[in-house]
Amino acid sequence: MTTLTTGSPDTRTYAEFGRPLWRRALFNREMAIIALLLAVVVAASVMVPKFATPVTLGYLLFDVTPILLIALAMAPVMITGDIDLSVGSMVGLSSVTLGLGTQMGLSVPVAGLIALLVGALGGLVNGLLVTRIGLPALAVTIGTLALYRGIAVGLLGTTAITQFDRWWTTLVKSKIGGSGIPTVMIVFVLLLAAFAIMLHFTPFGRGVFSIGLSKDAAVFSGVDAERTRLVLFVLSGLMAALAGIYYALYYNSARGDNATGMELQVIAAVVLGGVSVFGGRGALHGVVAGVLLIGVLSKALQLVNITSDVVSIITGVLLVLSVIAGSVLSWIQAKRLRPAAPPVKTS
Amino acid sequence: MDNSQAAPVLELKGVSKSFGAVVALRNADLALRAGSIHAVVGENGAGKSTLVKIMAGLYQRDTGTFEMDGAPVHFRTTAEAKDAGVAVIYQEPTLFPDLSVTENVFMGRQPVSRFGRIDKAAMRTEVVGLMERLGVRIDPGRPCEGLSIADQQIIEIAKAISLDARVLIMDEPTAALSGVEVDRLFAVARSLRDEGRALMFISHRFDEVFSLCDTVTVMRDGTYISTDAIADTSVAEIVRRMVGRDVNELFPKQAAEIGRPLLEVTGLTEPGVFSDISFTVRSGEIVALAGLVGAGRSEVARAVFGVDPYTTGSVVVDGKPLPRRKPSAAMKQGIALVPEDRRKQGLVIDATVASNITDAIRPTLTTFGLVTARRENAEAQIWARKLEVKTAALDAVAGTLSGGNQQKVVLAKWLAANPKVLIIDEPTRGIDVGTKSEVHRMMSELAGMGLAILMISSELPEVLGMADRVLVMHEGRITADIPRAEATPESVMFAATHDKEDVA
Amino acid sequence: MTTVAAPPAPGVLSRLGSLARSRETGIFLAFALVVAATTVKNPQFLFSGDGWRDLLLTPAIVAVVAIGQAVVIITRSVDLSVGSIVGLTAYLVGSLFVAVPGFPIPLVFLVGIAFGSLLGLVNGALVAFGRVPAMVITLGTLYAYRGINVVWTGSNRINASDMPRDFLALGTQQVLTIPVITILAVAILAMVGWYMANTRGGREFYAIGSDPDAAELYGLAKTKRVLIAFVASGAASGLGGVLFAARYGTINSQVGDGFELQAIGAAVIGGVAIVGGSGTVLGAVFGAYLLLTINRALPVLGIPDFWQRAVVGALIIGAIILDRVLANRQAKRLMEDRSAA
Repeated sequence: MTTLTTGSPDTRTYAEFGRPLWRRALFNREMAIIALLLAVVVAASVMVPKFATPVTLGYLLFDVTPILLIALAMAPVMITGDIDLSVGSMVGLSSVTLGLGTQMGLSVPVAGLIALLVGALGGLVNGLLVTRIGLPALAVTIGTLALYRGIAVGLLGTTAITQFDRWWTTLVKSKIGGSGIPTVMIVFVLLLAAFAIMLHFTPFGRGVFSIGLSKDAAVFSGVDAERTRLVLFVLSGLMAALAGIYYALYYNSARGDNATGMELQVIAAVVLGGVSVFGGRGALHGVVAGVLLIGVLSKALQLVNITSDVVSIITGVLLVLSVIAGSVLSWIQAKRLRPAAPPVKTS
Repeated sequence: MDNSQAAPVLELKGVSKSFGAVVALRNADLALRAGSIHAVVGENGAGKSTLVKIMAGLYQRDTGTFEMDGAPVHFRTTAEAKDAGVAVIYQEPTLFPDLSVTENVFMGRQPVSRFGRIDKAAMRTEVVGLMERLGVRIDPGRPCEGLSIADQQIIEIAKAISLDARVLIMDEPTAALSGVEVDRLFAVARSLRDEGRALMFISHRFDEVFSLCDTVTVMRDGTYISTDAIADTSVAEIVRRMVGRDVNELFPKQAAEIGRPLLEVTGLTEPGVFSDISFTVRSGEIVALAGLVGAGRSEVARAVFGVDPYTTGSVVVDGKPLPRRKPSAAMKQGIALVPEDRRKQGLVIDATVASNITDAIRPTLTTFGLVTARRENAEAQIWARKLEVKTAALDAVAGTLSGGNQQKVVLAKWLAANPKVLIIDEPTRGIDVGTKSEVHRMMSELAGMGLAILMISSELPEVLGMADRVLVMHEGRITADIPRAEATPESVMFAATHDKEDVA
Repeated sequence: MTTVAAPPAPGVLSRLGSLARSRETGIFLAFALVVAATTVKNPQFLFSGDGWRDLLLTPAIVAVVAIGQAVVIITRSVDLSVGSIVGLTAYLVGSLFVAVPGFPIPLVFLVGIAFGSLLGLVNGALVAFGRVPAMVITLGTLYAYRGINVVWTGSNRINASDMPRDFLALGTQQVLTIPVITILAVAILAMVGWYMANTRGGREFYAIGSDPDAAELYGLAKTKRVLIAFVASGAASGLGGVLFAARYGTINSQVGDGFELQAIGAAVIGGVAIVGGSGTVLGAVFGAYLLLTINRALPVLGIPDFWQRAVVGALIIGAIILDRVLANRQAKRLMEDRSAA
């Protein structure tokens, strides 16, 4: 096909990018949220005594780990334009499964594996209802939010299982040397790398973005949109289940109401981190920064004895502001870009 | 009748409209008179829809005057246009699917009695009367969901009549209608004209324009060209003004060596959509799939490619059978589909040019399963250059390009995949004349290189000029297979509007 | 062109027929079935003063909130902040009585509704002017309103003794064995239901939810309608807060927690399509009664009430699947009608 000629032979080279590298790297949503995160960290270190210590850092990371884990999978789900509200309930269901499993005498790895299977199954149910029956993800996962939580609470009632293998709880609570960084962060970093490669450097990941921008166009380019979305829901269930295992081991408690409302924190962090609620845009470094920003704020406020509930106000307001800022920005961009369109040539 | 002396009900003079640097309408004049049906013709992208949207209050003009009954008007909203008595029937009717026919006719202006209570009985009575007058049988209480396009258009007309609109604008209302439905629509239009309303009619079908209208305005490339009484002009004259040059120059299909069959479709059937579709496209051949909008042509193309389902039948590409419902398999076996709706299906309109060009070949650009922007850009560079895409940079958002350049990006994306079979649905819809002939030359050249090309087109000159063979579809069936030598506008249109038994 | 006879106006029989087939009837029958089954097991469930009262009273507050939620969902939005509005308003009402012990009771209702409307207006303005999905905005305000509530309340709590006896009596009073709160809920249902079915404004909610783009072409005031829907939802939740205070007498910072789920669930179960454009507020109220009655029936039927939420979830999912199946069936039928014509 290399002999295709269209008029005069053209040897022009297209610029790869419209803006220079430094502008592309600096002026985007992810960098804005990272800058905000750094500013808050600096401010907190200066103003809040005991904030800039390994101990605080450790607690901070322990607190945000479940949200970080779930956010890794929630981000791609939201980039396709779907949403998974059932993750908080899945954390609860998974921790209950782990608890019941060990109570029956299973070892933590075996019970954990079952919990992960439950998570994958829960995600599969969401995904099948959304892709095969074609129901809106919001409605489906509002339903399974109640359903999975209901099963978790139904299985355990108001009791809690607090007897986990000491070796495992100690491992989960351990830190890397004297750094204050939890050992589990190694797992998180590996998963982050895996998700980042999947989302940003594979055809599958490109498909995720295409589906979010235009499902039709993605399908017409050979992307199997239904399968992609199904896979992402399963991953979301899996990551929530993993967070549930962590939650039960770290707090040494499996309860039906573990992590109630966590779905909201995850979605807030993901949106704050620059994932568009309309789908089609977002990046994992922004998402991680979004989770950490909320974590740092709540830890700093907690240290100055402000109730952790101020954080929910801040989270809510930040969420609203960030989506509105997003829509204002894209409006400005649309206004700026339109005149730049080349005039229709009428030769 | 001679209405040229009467003062126009609606008059536009020197109206222009730009979007950024793109001039959509330049210096347009138009005068609609009571008791007249005024045709506006022009190719896609000629500025007709922009004109309509200005009259409907959806767009505001940049320059020029807009008068109704001699008084200047300035519609900022559709409600203002409606209040002034201007009703627009769009090509694709815009009704509320969940609401009843009656509610759709009256939405926003329901008759109310005490306490603001809607008078449902009065509404129903009026709709029953309207339907009777229009000679159709549609239950006023049923929801609009599931109504045929023709019935939906009738409801739009009922809406306009019940509004007592003095000016009725119809934007390609016949595009999706069958012969009987067109007759019915025309009878209604004539009776509205005889009541003294002013009608404007946009159409691509000259026979309709000449049988229905009394005045015709021609537009080209966003510019007003001329207005004449129908009696004083001819089809040939109108066509010449529309395209601005001789038709023959536009469609340069060169003879190519016809080789082995590359696409063989046998007995393809999807109940309610199309049935028993069989045809073969050979290497070097351009086969046109003609017919009215809604005849099922695009659906066949989508089913062949695997985006849509089919119940029975088979598709064979270059001797190898193709699994159903699997576009990625179709791509692997060498089929490319340039879909009808460029902005929604052909392109990820908010993604970059580079990403769009590499959309169909991405799996082949990986190293150890990974794909990088560098690889994509390198590949995009090659194809953007070959097709002379006009863009500032490869990371420009596809939506900011002109229609013609967007189509080039879609073509680049599929040519990059090195297909054996190219299915191309409305190849030149909505692109400018210059790019249009470029696309045609390219298609001809590709056929010369041995591709099998299946072209779906609603533009007769394009069909007749480009195709080696014309397949015509009517209501989901192929009604004729006409070789190039025998294809005439009459033979194609006849097959497009009649059942197979009548054609054979 | 042949003239055709106009289709006959719907007669009494066909109206009865469509009534029998309506979603509202189906949900009501399900509700009756649950009540009947439970009563067979334990006659006290229906045939006792308390049983009868609880049957009518317990779902009434959620029903009120669900009426507002239904209006929002019909307009193709969703309001997740209703639970937080209920909580915040309930605490405001309690604090008013603490600050001004003799505060007139009718005025308390007005203050509660006005306050709820104000919170709803914030939601509506952000959604309508920010052009952002309602789900995200109201998720944000769910947080923010609840946070304000917690900061304001702290570990405080308002007890029955802080509120006037007349006010608390409203929560349990009955007229002809029907609880006053239930009567109030029915009155609101009648008002809103009538408005949604019989006025231009009401129908415009449906039109906007059915096809927002078409609504724009029709020149309907979309921004205004979206605002009104959210204010209505806020007002209903505000009223819900006042009623909660009257009914339960104890107000902490977690009042109304999870109401959003019950209200959305009630609407969806009652046939309000989550994608907008169809359903009725009557359906939403029946949905609320079915949902909360099942919750109360579970323990009687020998299922631990820990399983309540699972039942809620299963019902919501069942309802949306049912909706989709019915919609597919209707679309098919309409298509067949068309090819038969």
